[in-house]
Amino acid sequence: MSLSKRIIKETQRLAEDAVPGISAVPHDDNLRYFDVTIDGPSQSPYEGGVFKAELFLPDDYPMTPPKIRFLTRIYHPNIDRLGRICLDVLKSNWSPALQIRTILLSIQALLGAPNPDDPLANDVAQAWKQDEQAAIQTAREWTEKHAKP
Amino acid sequence: MDSDDDFNSSQMSDEEFMGDQDSDMSLGDDSDYQDDVGFETQDKDIKPTKHSYEVEFKVFNPAEIQSHQDKQVEEVSSILGQEPEATAILLRHLRWNKERLIDRYMEQQNEVLEDAGLGETLHTHPPRIEQVPGFACDICCEDGEDLDTFAMKCEHRFCVDCYKQYLQTKIKDEGEAARIRCPGDACNRIVDSKSLQLLVTGDLKNRYQELLTRTYVDDKENLRWCPAPNCVYAVQCPVKDRDLKKIVPTVHCECGHFFCFGCSQNDHQPAPCALVKKWMKKCEDDSETANWISANTKECPKCASTIEKNGGCNHMTCRKCRNEFCWMCMGVWSEHGTSWYNCNRFEEKSGFEARDAQAKSRQSLERYLHYYNRYANHEQSAKLDKDIYLKTEKKMTQLQNTTGMSWIEVQFMDSASQALQQCRQTLKWTYAFAYYLARNNLTEIFEDNQKDLEMAVENLSEMFEKPIDQLKGLKVEMMDKTAYCNKRRIILLEDTADNLKSGRFFWCFQFMLLDMMLTID
Repeated sequence: MSLSKRIIKETQRLAEDAVPGISAVPHDDNLRYFDVTIDGPSQSPYEGGVFKAELFLPDDYPMTPPKIRFLTRIYHPNIDRLGRICLDVLKSNWSPALQIRTILLSIQALLGAPNPDDPLANDVAQAWKQDEQAAIQTAREWTEKHAKP
Repeated sequence: MDSDDDFNSSQMSDEEFMGDQDSDMSLGDDSDYQDDVGFETQDKDIKPTKHSYEVEFKVFNPAEIQSHQDKQVEEVSSILGQEPEATAILLRHLRWNKERLIDRYMEQQNEVLEDAGLGETLHTHPPRIEQVPGFACDICCEDGEDLDTFAMKCEHRFCVDCYKQYLQTKIKDEGEAARIRCPGDACNRIVDSKSLQLLVTGDLKNRYQELLTRTYVDDKENLRWCPAPNCVYAVQCPVKDRDLKKIVPTVHCECGHFFCFGCSQNDHQPAPCALVKKWMKKCEDDSETANWISANTKECPKCASTIEKNGGCNHMTCRKCRNEFCWMCMGVWSEHGTSWYNCNRFEEKSGFEARDAQAKSRQSLERYLHYYNRYANHEQSAKLDKDIYLKTEKKMTQLQNTTGMSWIEVQFMDSASQALQQCRQTLKWTYAFAYYLARNNLTEIFEDNQKDLEMAVENLSEMFEKPIDQLKGLKVEMMDKTAYCNKRRIILLEDTADNLKSGRFFWCFQFMLLDMMLTID
């Protein structure tokens, strides 16, 4: 399948006009597959960490949302052990007017504002609700352990 | 009340049935008609009479469903003074709750319109396709002066190709219709039907209409699609979810399929929906494991741990409590004296007691298996339905050829086959029903009814399998037996439905009742 004008433009913009703290680089052999890094937002337990993720644009992108998964382990109520992310704009609230960069920004925002009421990793969400300070501490330790470059 | 005619004609009106009255349909009557379900009244069965286990229902075809919708839209549209398109969106938005829509519209018109994605009135700006200078589509990144574009009132403008593709994805792949939103990010405006008319063409339009109709039926509490494959009919029934404890609303679709209006499962008279759900789950979880446990294990006579003997001699030592016993007689090993490894002490006391205890601990399992096996047996027969039906047809043809009977004359075979299938379906569920039933007089009556039906079915079934040359002579008897089966089934269902309705059945487990309330309310 040939690459649409949309994907080419988006890729160009991502390279030329990069968002601070976020990078997305397509593979040479598959321009729909991106290596992504997201810096942990400041004032969050993920601060200082660099989180790797993979992003894939399905054939019917942008009508359907991109598929994204964290590769770096992360302690977060909305991200499970396999790195899958629970975020509305990646599912029911996807709009074709959204882009890779906007989605990655949403994910970065999710790191800054975990939502334990809509959990994907139940155990983490539980911990988060019972003792937020302890959970934040664990998240910090995991960041230290897994997400330091 | 001394004849069956009386019984059959004492049908109740719908209101009565839905209510909780009529508790004098009691056990006394029961015994009256029980021993004499005479053959002389069989012709009464053929007449459509309404029994207490039957519910009112109506079947609608797609055109009727459409016209219902149109009528409601028209009605509400004149009350609200809105265009039919806008009214339709409003109605769908509030899930076809007419009263709520009118109430809310009168109170907070603007909010309702905003919520439904209608913001300001539609008619001042009819939707149209435009070419806008300097436009670049946010979806495909195309630009150009001659690019056709479209936007609703929310002014999220995209090129027509992208808009169309978006709608196609929504309608075709995601099956959405009534609540498709503007493709703009975080825009809650619903794509109205006028805009859709403009953008959607051909096949997709039909699909869209179909989906709209579907949401209408899905949203209406008293409407339900027939679950049979490829069936296009919907059934209307007044039974509410909260009544499902007391009523088993079996409906009969135009396509021939019998199903339960409460849960869309196949006909499961006389068991209520919650019981069916519970039973199915239990069978899924338990039956195979339970069978295996029953066949391959025994419990330690001392601590009741389940033990599988996977080899070796009869001298067992329980891993858990170190009790030593004989696998054969379950007696204490030390009492075996010199006859070790050769148990001949079957009647000894300690062994007897141990076996007794074992029997008790296993009772509940056996009890479950008792009911399960009978349930499964009838289910198996039900699965062979199609085979039986085909076989019947063949038999009927053969019978015509060998005996010179006419097609009409051999119809008794067909009715016998149908009766068998229907009765087996009912019998199957009586076993699930009985499993959860607490023991009392009612249970005994229920089980008597069950037994009578079962015997009648087995008799008919046996006759049904007779070789062709005997069948002609059996015709009258078979017709009698068929009528008898149908009658027994009706009696069982009526009696059960009456007791269920008046809440006279008690279930084995308290949590069962609780559960039913939880799942139903």
